[in-house]
Amino acid sequence: MNPDYLVAFLASTAGAATPLVLASTGELVAERSGVLNLGLEGIMLVGAVAGFSVTLHTGSAALGLAAALLAGMAMALLFGVLVLTLQTNQVATGLALTLFGIGLSAFAGRDLVGQTVAPLPRLHLPVLSDLPFVGPLLFSFDGMVYASLALVVLTGWMLARTRLGLLIRAVGEAPHSAHAIGMPVVKLRYATVLAGGALAGLGGAYLSLALTPMWVEGMTAGRGWIALAQVVFATWKPRGLVLGAYLFGGVTVLQFHGQGLGVPIPSEFLSMLPYLATIVVLVVICRDPRTILLNKPVSLGQNFKAD
Amino acid sequence: MSRLEARPEPSRAMMLSSPLIAAAAMLVSGSLLFLFLGQAPLHAFYVYFIKPLTSWYGIGELLLKATPLTLCGVGLAIGFRANVHNIGADGQLTMGAVAAGCVALYFDGAEGPWLLPLMILAGAVGGAAWAAVPALLRTRFNTSEILVSLMLVYVAYLFLGYLVHGPVRDPAGYNFPQSKMFGDAAMLPLLKEGLRVNAAFLLSLVAVAGAWFFCRHSFAGYRMQVSGMAPAAALYAGFSEPKNVWIAFLASGALAGVAGVGEVAGPLGQLQASVSPGYGFAAIIVAYVGRLHPVGVLLAALLMSLLYIGGETAQIELQLPSAITGLFQGLLLFYLLAADLFIHYRIKPRTTAAVAVPVVAKETA
Repeated sequence: MNPDYLVAFLASTAGAATPLVLASTGELVAERSGVLNLGLEGIMLVGAVAGFSVTLHTGSAALGLAAALLAGMAMALLFGVLVLTLQTNQVATGLALTLFGIGLSAFAGRDLVGQTVAPLPRLHLPVLSDLPFVGPLLFSFDGMVYASLALVVLTGWMLARTRLGLLIRAVGEAPHSAHAIGMPVVKLRYATVLAGGALAGLGGAYLSLALTPMWVEGMTAGRGWIALAQVVFATWKPRGLVLGAYLFGGVTVLQFHGQGLGVPIPSEFLSMLPYLATIVVLVVICRDPRTILLNKPVSLGQNFKAD
Repeated sequence: MSRLEARPEPSRAMMLSSPLIAAAAMLVSGSLLFLFLGQAPLHAFYVYFIKPLTSWYGIGELLLKATPLTLCGVGLAIGFRANVHNIGADGQLTMGAVAAGCVALYFDGAEGPWLLPLMILAGAVGGAAWAAVPALLRTRFNTSEILVSLMLVYVAYLFLGYLVHGPVRDPAGYNFPQSKMFGDAAMLPLLKEGLRVNAAFLLSLVAVAGAWFFCRHSFAGYRMQVSGMAPAAALYAGFSEPKNVWIAFLASGALAGVAGVGEVAGPLGQLQASVSPGYGFAAIIVAYVGRLHPVGVLLAALLMSLLYIGGETAQIELQLPSAITGLFQGLLLFYLLAADLFIHYRIKPRTTAAVAVPVVAKETA
């Protein structure tokens, strides 16, 4: 295998991994505060259509990303009002949000099918990008790739080393104790859910603005659910997210390169790989109940009501 | 300001009326959406929700589309009652269709009354086998059945895609990704000449009756209900959780598989690249709106079916976007979840002296 090909493979891996990194980081923070948002897939779709539509009409990718972020937050707010204020079941509400997001994005994007925008510009760093091999491998991505990695580092630091992180963890592990000593449980959960929605929206927009710069109905193709599985794979620790996402990014692009290399396997079977890999990874992590018991936030999926 | 007050016990009246409130809220927001799209709301409302019901053909279509929704919804509801969440019914439906389709194509040209029962059996087994994977992984390895069952939906879609692009593609089909048309012996009989609704609708009624009996009169059904409503009590009574998971997945998988048979041996008549416009996902809404009760599921499936057909009618007559259907479906479930609040709470208008309220609130809070 020649080095140019390897570079192309690794570079497209980063592209496929970035939406997962963004969405799963947001979901991880929400889950650490005790909220399971199964609506990720729907939020990503709405983010994708909002980002694409605004970029198409204004010509500005920055505005598109901002719109996706806001759209993701709006979806998350809907989820938050139902789950955190009206105390609805988190699983049912998350499923509802996904189904609603599928319908809403298809409706909003009905006139956008078939149009394209310029993909997010790749950063060109002086000297670094021109280095042989290392340049195209590490210093030739769009800004979102670097931003998503920085975000994971920042999230890890925030959760482990700051007062805010301590609050989030306390609320996720023992909401009633946290409430008893005066922590604003519901407000904090609103904040983490909204942050999660914003990042899922951005992750969706990365799909429609960078990875495949167009809008296709249902274009997330299960990535929201894979992002949910990533959080389990990472055992609720941010550093595991990058490994997981890039692993999945690699598996996802394998199908295109597999066809290019003439692997005699029907393309449909190669396309199954990310989904099958998700299942395998879940089995590996969940096989030992202690892994889950030790790492899963205790109040995950349970509603909190002050009493 | 009025405030919410917990009811001493859940309101049965609200439990039954909240799906109706949700449906009414959806109709109102639907009319507003029609207005937003530049339609006369009343006329659009008529075309969308009433007109399909004014002809025999329309009613036939209503029952036709309610069939897979009922079959999938009844199965899912059995699991949801026990907090076992199978959300991969669309994949199980697809694999049921694949299994039945392969039987029909293998025995192509066969006459005889044994073919259809064999296809239905193959569909049920195919769907149940596909559902057995998340059940096995959940009971054996503790994985989330939600994520695994959903991942397998995409795998099933791709597998069907592989089949119709390769092994079962009709050689005389101009390279379209679809199989040969099934023979007459492999087609479900129509209920009435001129309508497309077929015998699968009767099967869905049998499923409703069977599920009702299971939930109401069997010990297994009782165990599952206790596990859903009071997991700690179920644990204390020694009810087996793995057993619940297996029953829920095998039953819902088999029913979804039969729904797949109803499609390929019914309106489609062949294997195509896609055999379901998301019936398995819409069935999640159907199960919740039907209050997880088999008869409720049947009624909810009829409503959801009306949304599909109304969407098609409105697309043809008013050039409204077909995506409205999905939007309405999502809204319906949201409204239901919100309306369900009033099962456990009621709004208490502020009637007592303003000063007294904060004190009482503090004591009860």
